[in-house]
Amino acid sequence: MSAPLLAVRDLRVEFPSRSGAGQPLAVVRDVSFTLEAGEMVGLVGESGSGKSVTALSIVGLVPSPGRIAAGSVSLQGQELVGLSDRALQPVRGGRIGLIFQEPMTALNPVLSVGFQITEAVRAHRAMSRKAARAEAARLLDLVAIPDARRRLDDYPHQLSGGQRQRVMIAIALAGEPDLLLADEPTTALDVTVQAQILELLLRLKEELGLAVMLITHDLAVVAETCSRVMVMYAGEMVETAPVGALFDHPAHPYSRGLLRALPHLGHPAPRGHLPSIPGQVPAPGELPPGCPFTPRCGEAMAVCSQGAAPLVPVGEGHQARCFLHVGEAAP
Amino acid sequence: MTSLLEVRGLTKHFPVHRGWLQRRHGVVRALEGVDLTVEKGECFAVVGESGSGKTTLARCIIRLLEPTAGSVRFDGEELTTLRPRQLRPRRRRFQMIFQDPYGSLNPRMRVAKILAEPLAVHDLVPRAGRPQRVEELLDLVGLAPEAASRYPHQFSGGQRQRVGIARALATAPDLLIADEPVSALDVSVRAQIVNLLTQLQEDLGLTVLFIAHDLALVEQIADRVAVMYLGRLVEVATAAALFAQPQHPYTISLLSAVPVPEPVPAGGRRRGRIVLKGEAPSPLEPPTGCPFHPRCPIARERCAVEVPTLSSVGEGHTAACHYPGELEREPAARVEAS
Repeated sequence: MSAPLLAVRDLRVEFPSRSGAGQPLAVVRDVSFTLEAGEMVGLVGESGSGKSVTALSIVGLVPSPGRIAAGSVSLQGQELVGLSDRALQPVRGGRIGLIFQEPMTALNPVLSVGFQITEAVRAHRAMSRKAARAEAARLLDLVAIPDARRRLDDYPHQLSGGQRQRVMIAIALAGEPDLLLADEPTTALDVTVQAQILELLLRLKEELGLAVMLITHDLAVVAETCSRVMVMYAGEMVETAPVGALFDHPAHPYSRGLLRALPHLGHPAPRGHLPSIPGQVPAPGELPPGCPFTPRCGEAMAVCSQGAAPLVPVGEGHQARCFLHVGEAAP
Repeated sequence: MTSLLEVRGLTKHFPVHRGWLQRRHGVVRALEGVDLTVEKGECFAVVGESGSGKTTLARCIIRLLEPTAGSVRFDGEELTTLRPRQLRPRRRRFQMIFQDPYGSLNPRMRVAKILAEPLAVHDLVPRAGRPQRVEELLDLVGLAPEAASRYPHQFSGGQRQRVGIARALATAPDLLIADEPVSALDVSVRAQIVNLLTQLQEDLGLTVLFIAHDLALVEQIADRVAVMYLGRLVEVATAAALFAQPQHPYTISLLSAVPVPEPVPAGGRRRGRIVLKGEAPSPLEPPTGCPFHPRCPIARERCAVEVPTLSSVGEGHTAACHYPGELEREPAARVEAS
């Protein structure tokens, strides 16, 4: 088997405590995963789960004063942790394209979209201004903006929300990446426009053989688009599974709760009894001992608050970080 | 049943001024002749995408915005012609919950003060009785009495929304207007707040006007639903009828665009999704005829010329479409193995 496109091992990201004197807050702990070329994987979690920080760590963009305290990120065999900003330049926006949630703030409002795409093309590929402009038009066409050549001179405010997100995707593709990191790319969009953008991402994955890491809070979006899913909770990767396996037999009580709490159009729960997970997501500084889900878990045992839960294989390509499965693990 | 709220021909135009002389450049037609009736004790949901006018509708009903035209009758009394001084005491009876519990609670006030303020403003409870009423309100929304001495930033998002709900309930209103009350919350706590709203509606006999864009959520909570598009209601029905037999092509497309939490089997593909072209046009220049016709998969010549009005398509079910029910809708099981 060939080496994975991306391998993240034992990633730990820390922020200094507010006072500066106490223990640093580890917002991402012992996160390991791999991505294969051409696959679409969902990274799912609620706010504060560490999903965005995990994605930003891959390209060395953890916001200061946070830092990668331990672990390794390897892209096609090249170690990225510890590289200088200069050395990361060809990776960011080059080999790894980035898409963010809010296309209005991620685009520069005073520059035409043609200029912004051309700039991204020339940053990563040796091209004349003229050739880069032609390439920009080709990219706009690729992301299905009608009348691409004429739209090059438009400014972001002249575009609708969905078109802005298409421009963001065109910029992310400018460096001919192998991997696209898409952080909540459709959360700010209406549902009819979300359907269009998801369709576009799926088509690009097929046509360009891109690997896509879709970071989202919405499991339904993952079900529609991804082949594998990783679930994060309070800074830990709690379950990794093929999408079908996660929906059919989720192994971690958090994943189960999340799936139950998801309203399913056409299948309403009895009124007033929509299943929910009791309690709140803990703040990074107030993690309970042991498994961080213990206080909200209906199946918690004494052992759960005594130490970190191990990641246990529960099926093919399916792992859960939970004591419930320790006994039943196949040797 | 008696109706609590009767809205007729409600219209709101925002003038747009541009240039050095601030000449009137045009009008944003945020609401165009909206008619709706909300019965006592029901949960009536208004759904629509951004820019459809659903928030403007809520705000015009309780005159947080002055409507351009139309009538709003609350419990038989016309609200639009009341003077501010006459309106103020009536505000006790309709209260609002906002989307963003971070932005709608004063960060410098303790929860006790946030909840006591409406009691003082409307002169409902004498000063000495207020702490007890605050405790009752906290209990009603599932917060411990200790919450009273804390500041909004000391709560998580879900708890903060509970404070927002308690504040709205402080005046014992008849109508609660909830504008996207759970959109900012995480999935695992969203259900808690939805259940709380349903339970309060039943226990207190509240009437709820629920503004949302999330259809799966609306199905969960609403008795009746109105779908908005570009400032107009395009379909109104009971929740059961709307989700089982949508008639307007926009409603049908909207329902089909909602992601389904069912994985696609390996090698299979999802079918039956109606992916609409483009996005909603600007309310600054709404299309002629039916506002949905430029994106409608079954639009015909008549649709570009003649504005359809809400007309009956079934028992208590109306749709504003010249060809209701014609757009084919795939059955609910939309996953097909190849």
